[in-house]
Amino acid sequence: MASIDTGGSDGKEGGKVRAKKMAVHIDFTPMVDLGFLLITFFMLTTTMNKPQVMEINMPLKEDVPPEDRTKFKESQTMTIVLGENNKVYYYFGITNPVLDSTNFSNDGIRKVLLEENKKRNPLVDSIAIYKRMLDNRIIKREEYKKNSARIKAYKDALIVVIKAEDKSKYRNLVDILDEMAICNIGRYAIVDITEQDKQLIAGTLPTTN
Amino acid sequence: MPKVKVKRKPPHIDMTAMTDVAFLLLTFFMLTTKFKPDEPFVVDPPSSVSDYKLPESNVIQISVDATGKVFFSTGQGDRRTTLEKMAKQYNLTFTEQELRSFSLLETFGVPVSQLKQYLALKPNERAKVNQPGIPTDSTDNQLRDWILFARQSNPQAIIAIKGDGDAEYPVMKNIIATLQERKVNRFNFITNLENAPQ
Repeated sequence: MASIDTGGSDGKEGGKVRAKKMAVHIDFTPMVDLGFLLITFFMLTTTMNKPQVMEINMPLKEDVPPEDRTKFKESQTMTIVLGENNKVYYYFGITNPVLDSTNFSNDGIRKVLLEENKKRNPLVDSIAIYKRMLDNRIIKREEYKKNSARIKAYKDALIVVIKAEDKSKYRNLVDILDEMAICNIGRYAIVDITEQDKQLIAGTLPTTN
Repeated sequence: MPKVKVKRKPPHIDMTAMTDVAFLLLTFFMLTTKFKPDEPFVVDPPSSVSDYKLPESNVIQISVDATGKVFFSTGQGDRRTTLEKMAKQYNLTFTEQELRSFSLLETFGVPVSQLKQYLALKPNERAKVNQPGIPTDSTDNQLRDWILFARQSNPQAIIAIKGDGDAEYPVMKNIIATLQERKVNRFNFITNLENAPQ
């Protein structure tokens, strides 16, 4: 039984006749019940994990004069258009784009991004090595951040322009931003979709030669 | 011959240890618990591999449910001044009682003109009201003003957007454009945690 036994029950030794003390029994069961009830209540109402956040930096709205803009090679840009029903369209460069479509599976857009980024940024694989060193506590987090930022900012690395069709979902946007983090793409931007992109997806773009 | 009866004693199980553990756990949960905010909407955020944690205070949260309704929430200490400034902007007056009741309001999604009626309701009646969401269209963009005044009340606040994965992109685009209009170029998307692929 759940109880406190204060003893004093069998006092046979000694010759004097003593008043027999009654053991005080306190039943703990209701207290334990209450304790567990409260535990259950707090366990169910608690929010253990704080929400995760993904930081987004948008460019400033002000127009930058053309001579101050950073120039990139057309061949290093990739445009990703998020379409309806979780579809992803992509093309490289700007003139005469060849449209391709894929999805969000592991063999989908991620494979394309990894391959293309590796082609242009040969050092990208070493980020994984730094990551492993960080996990094994060989290097500090600051050092990892510094190195991965340096590699990501390589001048020929892939630059991704993200555009979303009106029928795409917010989930698609978060997914593609996530792919940027997974594939170690340092430079990307969320841009409004153009009429040309819409026509390209619909297959009604007049071919220019 | 009478049988020798073994006197049965009730088995003694010492429950003290169990009680100790139970109360230890109870104390732990009581101290770490943070009650789920009473949200009048259902939002299922998409998942991402990002593992930054949202700070507990100084957060202005904009929530978007699956149908595209927009809800707004700011820190408890800043709500009063935010509403006072908002009232000035829209030529409304709120009583002391209403200001106090607003500062206890976790999150809301009604146009500022209907806020008075909404605050007059009892907390259990509020849950039944179908909130229309804060207007964000270009003709009557109240979200823009809420953001402005909430940031004036607390300049250190960071902005977090909690969107349902099924929300349409144009709604989010509009919110992002509104934020950019207010020169907020750095903000956060609240997401669920997902394990990074190896």
